[in-house]
Amino acid sequence: MSRRKNRFLYDFLRDPAAIAGAVIMLVFTAAAVLAPLLAPQDPYDLEILELGDSLKPPAWEADGDPQFLLGTDDQGRDILSTILYGLRTSLSVGFSVMLLAGSFGVLVGLLAGYYGGVLDAVTMRTADTVFAFSTTLLAILFLGLFKQSGVGIVILAICIADWVRYARTMRASVLEVKEEAYITAAKATGANDVHLLLVHLLPNALPPIFVIMAVDLAAIIMLEATLSFLGVGVPITKPSLGMMIASGKNYIYAGCWWLIVFPGATLVLFVLGLNLFADWLREELNPRIQRSR
Amino acid sequence: MAPLLEVRDLTVHFPVRRSLLARQRQYVHAVDNASFTLAEGETLGLVGESGCGKTTTGLAVLRLIPFTSGQVIFQGQDLSSLNRAELRHFRREMQIIFQDPYSSLNPRMTVQRIISDPLKIHGQGNYRERAERVAYLLEKVGLTPEQASRYPHEFSGGQRQRIGIARALALSPKLIVSDEPVSALDVSIQAQIINLLIDLQKEFSLSYILISHDLAVVEYICDHVAVMYLGQIVETAPYRDIYTDPRHPYTQALLSAVPTFDISAKYEMSVLAGDVPSPIQPPPGCRFHPRCPIRMDECNRIEPAMKEVTPGHFAACLAL
Ligand SMILES: Nc1ncnc2c1ncn2[C@@H]1O[C@H](COP(=O)(O)OP(=O)(O)OP(=O)(O)O)[C@@H](O)[C@H]1O
Ligand code: SF4
Ligand SMILES: [Mg+2]
Repeated sequence: MSRRKNRFLYDFLRDPAAIAGAVIMLVFTAAAVLAPLLAPQDPYDLEILELGDSLKPPAWEADGDPQFLLGTDDQGRDILSTILYGLRTSLSVGFSVMLLAGSFGVLVGLLAGYYGGVLDAVTMRTADTVFAFSTTLLAILFLGLFKQSGVGIVILAICIADWVRYARTMRASVLEVKEEAYITAAKATGANDVHLLLVHLLPNALPPIFVIMAVDLAAIIMLEATLSFLGVGVPITKPSLGMMIASGKNYIYAGCWWLIVFPGATLVLFVLGLNLFADWLREELNPRIQRSR
Repeated sequence: MAPLLEVRDLTVHFPVRRSLLARQRQYVHAVDNASFTLAEGETLGLVGESGCGKTTTGLAVLRLIPFTSGQVIFQGQDLSSLNRAELRHFRREMQIIFQDPYSSLNPRMTVQRIISDPLKIHGQGNYRERAERVAYLLEKVGLTPEQASRYPHEFSGGQRQRIGIARALALSPKLIVSDEPVSALDVSIQAQIINLLIDLQKEFSLSYILISHDLAVVEYICDHVAVMYLGQIVETAPYRDIYTDPRHPYTQALLSAVPTFDISAKYEMSVLAGDVPSPIQPPPGCRFHPRCPIRMDECNRIEPAMKEVTPGHFAACLAL
């Protein structure tokens, strides 16, 4: 194992794009986690907002205020602080969906791939149907049913479609792994299904899931931003990145570019970082490439 | 004495997925009415071209795939009548060794875990006892106990095959099905593994079903040989008879392809140049007739039955 781990690290350190992706991921995640410590202002605390501070440009502009590095929004909120807290919201939605939809999808894919038959047919047809709809549309329909907003509801709404990519990937991977001779060997020794599934199949079928996790996180964050932008996402009192862009767009013709550019750039950069890292991981875990070594 | 294993009319058909419009369900006739016996401590060689049903026979004997009809009687017990729980008990007595040493070991487990997995499954021993057993088995197959903490990718093909053999031995089985155990290995290593199998057989009085397309390997280790063609056993005999007195035209053609045998082969392997017919619609009558060098008029109508040509030597050919 140690040799394999070293190989992993070695390959990683030779790939600048992978390093860049990982650094972006780490820095942004750390910023989100540490937001209460890093942010100059608590943007959720309505008491401290001064309307007089509203729509100030970034500090380096002529009318800028050194107190607000990236300027302020129409409520007088510090943009930098709001971005940090918004990142926090985006990431908590992202990780929650990844965990919930991911474990559900992995379980479904594992069972469907291993047992096949009716279970496989039913779950995969369901997955196809869900996939045929736009993810955004499904989330909006679901949110429409609930008629209320909240981070928890948004998480559920995204999960409705998101588990599908995990289930499909896992199923394909299981179908491949279950043909391996060591699975037959385990059956020949009298292993029961739980042992086969958990000890032999799951660990060997899981690597492709790691690749989609990074891509998926990016997709979830984009979807959350979209929902918030459309006004059906997280509550207005807890602005996420998407929400910031949505409320900023009203001022774009007034020349307040900083309302959109900074949260937008944060979103793009983070999603880019995730994708760079995922690309590297995909190459690294590709079994065909690994075999030829 | 009753044989350790008796297989009677074993038949395995796999359903073929056809288009929705196909009227009749079609089947791959992977194995049809195969019968053979195996005595304790002996080795039966199962030979034949690729796709003739050797692996399927081996897996069905171990009940790792369901069979369509027939009986597998192991230690006097008909395995086809057992449910899963009852079968578990017999799993300790029958094991399998695979062709591909890369796919046969779980890449995420150490050798220790791989070899002790069967023991764990059957709740044998505590952690320390299992570790001792693994060390013992590693020495038996020519590896060292220190290698137990390594992962499969750190070993060569031959060493991996030894690990697979150690795993098969873990539960002290009586019967081991070896599916092409050396055909994926370098020629220089093949003999080592064959010798290891022979040594282990003597020491633990094992019975083997050795599957191979290589008659030279089979000659080295087997007591009996069964020749398969398109899902059927066409000739079975003590190994000496197969090599000195092959009766079925297919066996003779197979042997002529092995340069080391200076036998009185009447037919060259070249007669087998034609394609093997599809096992989905096997030829009527004698399945070998489209390729047979001595085909007669009735061969495509009458299915030849097994005939005892000399004591213990059976062949299925109308010309006999
Ligand atoms: N699971 C399956 N489903 C459908 N057909 C199968 C299945 N397994 C095997 N077959 C078919 O059954 C026939 C016998 O296959 P089998 O693997 O037993 O042959 P073999 O003698 O072991 O060949 P090889 O020397 O290539 O390993 C082949 O035609 C094969 O395509
Ligand atoms: S039965 Fe006929 S076709 Fe078949 S092997 Fe004998 S002679 Fe050849
Ligand atoms: Mg085979």
